[in-house]
Parts: sequence; structure tokens; C-alpha cells
Amino acid sequence: MSGYLNIRNLSVSLRGGGPILRSVTLDVAAGQVHGLVGESGAGKSMIGKAVLGTLPRALQITAGEIWLDGQDLLKLSPGQRRHRIGATTALIPQDPLTALNPSRRIGPQITRRLVDILGWTKAAAEARALELLAEVDIPDPRRVMRTYPHELSGGMRQRILIASAFAAEPKLIIADEPTTALDVTVQKQILRLIAEMQARHGTALLFVTHDLGVVSKVCDSLSVLYAGKIVENARMRRFFMHPIHPYSAALLAATPTYTNPQGSLMPVPESVIETVEQEVTAHDRRWGRR
Amino acid sequence: MRDARSELTRPIGVRLWLSGGWLMLLACAAIFAPWIAPQDPLAQDLFLGRMPPFWENGSEAGFWLGTDSLGRDVLSRILYGARLAMIVALVAGTLTCLIGASLGLIAGFYRGWPDRIISRFVDIWMAFPPVLFAILLIAVLGTGLTSIIIAIVIIDWTRFARVIRAEALSQSAMDYVASAQVAGRARFGTMLTEILPNVLPTIVALLTLEMGIAVIVEAILSFVNLSISTDSPTWGGMIAEGRISVHQAWWVLVFPLITLFLTVLSFSQLGEGLKDRFDPVLR
Amino acid sequence: MALLRAILVRLLTTAITLFGVAVIVFVVIRVVPGNPIAMMLPPGATEADIARLQMQYGFDKSIFEQFTIWLSGVVQGDFGTSISLRQPVSLLVLNRLPATLELSIVALLIAVLIGGTMALVGTRFRDTGAEGAIDMGAGMALSIPDFLWGLVLILLFGVLWPVFHISGRISPSLDIDFTTNFYLFEALFRLRFDVLADLIGHMFMPAVALAIPLAAIIAQLLKQSLKETMHLDYVTLARTKGYAERTVITREALPNAILPTLTLVGVQFTFLIGGTVIIERLFSYEGLGNMAIDAVINRDLPLIQGIVILFALIFTLVNLVVDMMYVVLNPRLRHA
Repeated sequence: MSGYLNIRNLSVSLRGGGPILRSVTLDVAAGQVHGLVGESGAGKSMIGKAVLGTLPRALQITAGEIWLDGQDLLKLSPGQRRHRIGATTALIPQDPLTALNPSRRIGPQITRRLVDILGWTKAAAEARALELLAEVDIPDPRRVMRTYPHELSGGMRQRILIASAFAAEPKLIIADEPTTALDVTVQKQILRLIAEMQARHGTALLFVTHDLGVVSKVCDSLSVLYAGKIVENARMRRFFMHPIHPYSAALLAATPTYTNPQGSLMPVPESVIETVEQEVTAHDRRWGRR
Repeated sequence: MRDARSELTRPIGVRLWLSGGWLMLLACAAIFAPWIAPQDPLAQDLFLGRMPPFWENGSEAGFWLGTDSLGRDVLSRILYGARLAMIVALVAGTLTCLIGASLGLIAGFYRGWPDRIISRFVDIWMAFPPVLFAILLIAVLGTGLTSIIIAIVIIDWTRFARVIRAEALSQSAMDYVASAQVAGRARFGTMLTEILPNVLPTIVALLTLEMGIAVIVEAILSFVNLSISTDSPTWGGMIAEGRISVHQAWWVLVFPLITLFLTVLSFSQLGEGLKDRFDPVLR
Repeated sequence: MALLRAILVRLLTTAITLFGVAVIVFVVIRVVPGNPIAMMLPPGATEADIARLQMQYGFDKSIFEQFTIWLSGVVQGDFGTSISLRQPVSLLVLNRLPATLELSIVALLIAVLIGGTMALVGTRFRDTGAEGAIDMGAGMALSIPDFLWGLVLILLFGVLWPVFHISGRISPSLDIDFTTNFYLFEALFRLRFDVLADLIGHMFMPAVALAIPLAAIIAQLLKQSLKETMHLDYVTLARTKGYAERTVITREALPNAILPTLTLVGVQFTFLIGGTVIIERLFSYEGLGNMAIDAVINRDLPLIQGIVILFALIFTLVNLVVDMMYVVLNPRLRHA
């Protein structure tokens, strides 16, 4: 198995209810950016949550493996798993307005985990936080460290969350729609910042989004999720030249920057999806074996 | 709209049954006390003082739950005490509810100066320690059943006024009230037909709660010897006596205490249960 | 400016409330049948004696005149003279106040401790049987008022397993020469642990009886608030950082969940202080409440007035402190 994160046949379902994810298989190679695309409700955020161990209580993993750096997370005890995730992985959350603790200053929100979980000294952690804040273009980091979240704009807060994610030099970062909640003007800057930071630090990145345009700008490879199922795993170039699944094709057609500038999502007839379903399953198996 | 059938087949709930059952039992005891009480609750016999309940050594036949220091039968006094407790619960509870809920409804619906006056009075009332206020009122009004009921109404109307005012305020802000207004309905009519039915579940829940509180207030007043005349049997009076002789005769305290405890618990559980059942939001 | 205005409005409403309380007490107790002066004098006192004393206490004037005289005294810190105890009301009340304050504060601490623990444990084990048990316990604790809990405690720890004192504030043999009336704090300060143990032995049952309903309210409100906070993004983020669930609850969720609970707990604390009146009676604890009941029974008008006003003052102060704490604990308001 190559890659830093390997998800194999992961199934998640509602407790006593229907499936949310159906036998999901995908790989994120070390140092690479992997896009995870799907419309809202497809379950793409749940994949990230399953890896991080933050699935809502109503959901449970029913089958599959999540390999992180050659270790199946689902075979670890909850405590070991939590510690392993904390030491190697970080999350860039969707909404910067709700992802910072409103009653705590910015500084400790970045440094506490370095001290508590990774055993850094307080001075080292603070120096590191200042360095990272400067790296994400926060003006006057020393002052910002002492502010409360409500004193900062959404863009600033997302920069802080990015700095915080990179602070411990994680091997893997999961970015869960990191630009969706931001203004369009800020979105581009944040996107560029994430790409720059990823390149500089060489971190593997799982980039969850509904926006194929974004994926085309930052990703090396991608997975397309449709109704809880991966319908296509591909390198970027191959995907844009020759999408296999009709849903992928429809998604591509709906993306303004590529095929047509107007870009409207063409509905995929259910029958087409069903006929291709078996082909895709076979495709999944090929991926699983590779 | 929910299916009417599911409403009917929904289990009423254990706590509703248990609390309702206990209160029914108590109501029966209150009504039939003269026929079912084994002894005269007032009859004193110093030779039968502090007899233990029937399962202990030295108990006296016919005095099932023992006797107090004056030889009065504990069981009979509890049964007769239920009469006073039930009357206070029903009359004081209902009167408090009527007055408090009306004022709360008016304050919440009309707002403006009626609200300002009523809210000011609620603020002043909230600054009184309620037990001290009750004792003070009884000292002024004199002891007796009517005084107790008046005192409870005077002290506790704010409980209804506060809650119902808040509910009426939020109900008035809703669209259906505005549309009723636009339709040209009279203000007072709107209050009764649009607001009242929606706050009724809360009123019912508060009313049962208030009945329990009325029983407690009566017991507290009896405890400080300010309730009815000293020789008529009340649970609070029995508890006051039992508290003094608790080391010599525990049963004088324990049995009325258990009765009072279960009664207050039942009233509040009944209120909570009814609220869950009738609240249109929770249903 | 807005803040200053808010403070001024607040002070004004507080003053109006206190004035209202004073008027109501004044009017109510002057309708009392029976002549308080007659009760003071030995049997066989002449009409002239009664008239002379009535004049001394000002009872021969109209209610309105009496009120203005009383009010002008109050403004100068003079609450009149107790009829039954023949000492200045302000002195009597201030001597008893520490006992009631100590009892209320200890009860509050117990309530916060028990209620807070129940809320945290309930959140940690949410949606399990443990949470159900806590909900049921809190529901029952809430239905039963402090008076009945006091009686239950007397049976449990006074009779069945007699480990605590059921009456009084301190054993007479240990009544060391206190310089203040804050016995508990003074014993602690002077390191007299034998006295401290005795004081706690006396205070335990009344304090717990007062604390139980408040603990239940704290448990319910705080748990609800915590559970809502646990769904928020910053809590999820903290989880991915490798913190244990326990740490996530106490460190990330708790500081934000306390705020909505605080205001309601403030109001409930005033109910607790109101409850000391009957609880002090029940446990023969020599505080303000016990004195108040005696004052009512003895028709001691100036003393009743003084005590009721003091209670009203304490209630409004508690609410003021709670509002201030709300501002201090909320960074958003602090920097506004």
C-alpha cells in the first residue's frame, strides 16, 4: 500500500438506519493534495470525520479499514487512536466563525495542544505560534495572540486556524470545505495560502469540497463521491480528459472554468447510474488491489 | 398535523399513573376520613402516649401507625389532615392560578402601562423571602383556613404572572395573532381565543405544581404553629410535634413526613407529565 | 455612555423595588390586630403607661407620619429599636446576618459542587443510562422543597445514623471567644480545626437541605447547556487535537456553557436565601430567619421591618453581582 492515508471499503451508517457511506476506498499519498468532491449530502464530510474520530453519535462505522501511516486506526483503542490523530493529523474546519473558542484568547488556542499533547515547552510553543502567524500573513502576530476571536474578521480567523493546523507539523491535514463560509474575495486568498503552506511544509492534504474548480487549482488527484459511494478515483489530468462515471462527466460539465462557461449541472438519469454502477464497483476493486 | 391515532395510543406514562393514583387515594382519604379513620383524631389518652406502630413490640391494637405524646392516633390524624391539605391545594391553587394567570396574560398581551405596573409589582414581590412573607401575613390575618388560602394567593400569584406573561409575550409576536388582529377581532377576544388556548398547557402544569406548593406552605405554617387552631390535625402540626420527640417516637415524624413527601412529589410529577402531554410543541 | 445609563437605570429600579418593599411591610404590619406595646408591659400596667410607650415608639401618629419618620431614620442608618429585645434593630440584625450569610454561601458551594459534578458526569455519559439516572434524580430533587429535605436529613443523619447535630450553630462547650460573628471563617482563619469541625457538624444538614433543589437546577441547566455546546465546531476541533473527552468537556465546553446558566442560578440563589427562614427554624440555627419568625410571633414591628428590608437588599445585591459576573465572564461584553 502506498500513501499516507489509505481508506479501505469504509462503510458508515446511521445507528439502526440506512447507510451514509458505502464501501469507500481512497488514498492520500504523502506530500500530495487529494481532492474529495461531491454535492452536499453526499457524505464527503463524514469521510473526514470518520478518519478524525469525530463522527456524530448517531453514526457508526460498520465495516472497513482506515490506515494511517501503515497503522489501521480502527484496530486501536479509542485513547490510542485519539492520541495518534492528535500527534499526526490536523483539521482545517469549514466555518472559521464557530471553530474558535469564543471565551479563550487566540494564543492559547494555538499553543495549548503543542504543550499538552506534544510536550513542548511553553516558550517554544509561543515562538512557534508567532512564527506560523507571521507565515500566514497575520499583521502584528504578538497583538493578535492576545485578542479574542470576536475581535477578528472571518478571513483572519481562517488564517489563524490554518496556522494552528500547521503548527505541529502534521503529516496529514484534512481541510473540510475551508473556503465555503468565506466571502468570494477572501476565498481566493485563503485557497492560495493553503496551497502555499502545503507545498512549503510538504504535508499530505485531503481537500473536501463541492467545487470542482477549486480542486482543479490545488489537487494532484481526486475522488468523486456520489450518494455515499466513490464513483471515481483518478489523477487530475486523466479525470479532466476522460471521466469514467456519468456523474463525473455531469460534474465536469457543470464546472464553468472547463467545458462550458455557463455551466449548469445536467441531471444524470437514474437508469444510467444503475447500469454504470457495476462497472464502478469493479473499478473500485481494481483500486483496492492496486 | 399528527395522526390522531398515535395520540390516543400513546402510553400515559408510569409517573402519571403513580402520581395520579396517590392523589386519588388521598382525595378518598379526605372525603371518607370520618368513616375510615380507626380512631377519633382528637381523642387524647395519656396512658396510650407514644405507642409504636403495629409491627413493633409494645404496640396497641387499633393504633396502626402508633400514637403521639398525647396518645392521639397517628393514622387517623393523617387521614383527617388530608382533608385540610386537599382543601388548601384545590382552593388556594385555583385562586392563585386564576389571579396570577389573568395578570400575566394581561401584562404579556397588552404590554404598555398594564405590563409596567404588573411587572413592577412582580419585582417587589420577588424581593420578599416568601416564607417570611407568609408568616407575616398570617400574623396579620390571624390563623385559620381562610387566612392560609389568602396568604398563599397573595404570595404566589407572581409565579403564574411571570411565566404566563413571558409565554403571552412570545405568542403575541407570532403571525397568527397579527392575522387575527387584521381580521378585525376585538383585542380582548383575540387574547381569549388566540393566546389563552396556547398558554393553557403551561397554566395546567403550573396549577398542579402550585397545589403541591400550597400543601407545603400550609405545612410550614402549621410547623411554626400559625395554621389552623392547634388541636385540629394537620400534617405540618404533626411534623412539628414529631420533630421535637424524634428521638423518643420516630413514627410521629416519619408517617406524616412520608405522606407529605409523596403528595408534593405527586403534584409536581403530575404537572410535569401533563405538560409533556399537552404541550403542542413537545407533542 | 450606554453602560453608564444602564447602571443608572438599574440603581433606580433597585431603589424603587426597595421602597416598594418598605411601604408594603409598613402598611401590612400596622394592620396587625393586638397592641404590641401591651405585650411588652407586665400585667397590671396602667393605660397611661401604655400611652407613654406608644408615644415613645411613635405608634400614636398616622401611618404616613410614622413612615416618614422611619424612612428618615433609615437613611441615617437608624432602623429603630426592637420592642421585644429592646436593642437597636440595626445592631441585632447585623449580629445575626453573618450566621445566615455563612449558611447561604456554604449551601451555594455545596449546590455548585454537586450540581456541577452531576452536569459534567451527565455530559460525559450522555445518551446512556447514567444520564437518565441523573435526570431522574434531579427531577425528584427539584420537586421537593428544602423544608422537606431538611426533615428527611434529620431522620437520616440525626436519628437513623446520628453523625450530625440537628440543632444550633455551635456546641456551647466550644463557643470560643469569637471577635466576629463569622464563626466559620474565623475558626478557619484562627486554625481552630476542632471548632471548625463542630461548626460544620451543625451546618451540614441545613446547608445540604438548602442546596439540594439548587443543585438539581444547576445539574439540569448546565448539562443542557453543555450538551448544546458539545455540538459546536470548536469543540470538535479540540477533539481532533488529541484531547480526551473529559478535557474537551471541562476545558472547551464548560467556560462557554456556564454563561447561560449563570443568570438563572442567580435568581435561584435568592430563593435559597429565602429558604433559610424556615430551615433555620427547623434546625434551631441562630440566624436572621429564625429571629424574623420570633419577631413576627412577638409582633415586634421595627425588627420585622428591618429584617425584611435587609433580605430585600440582599436579594437585589445578589442579582446585581450576577449581572456583573455575566459581564466579566463574557469576553464579548468585556471588550464592548
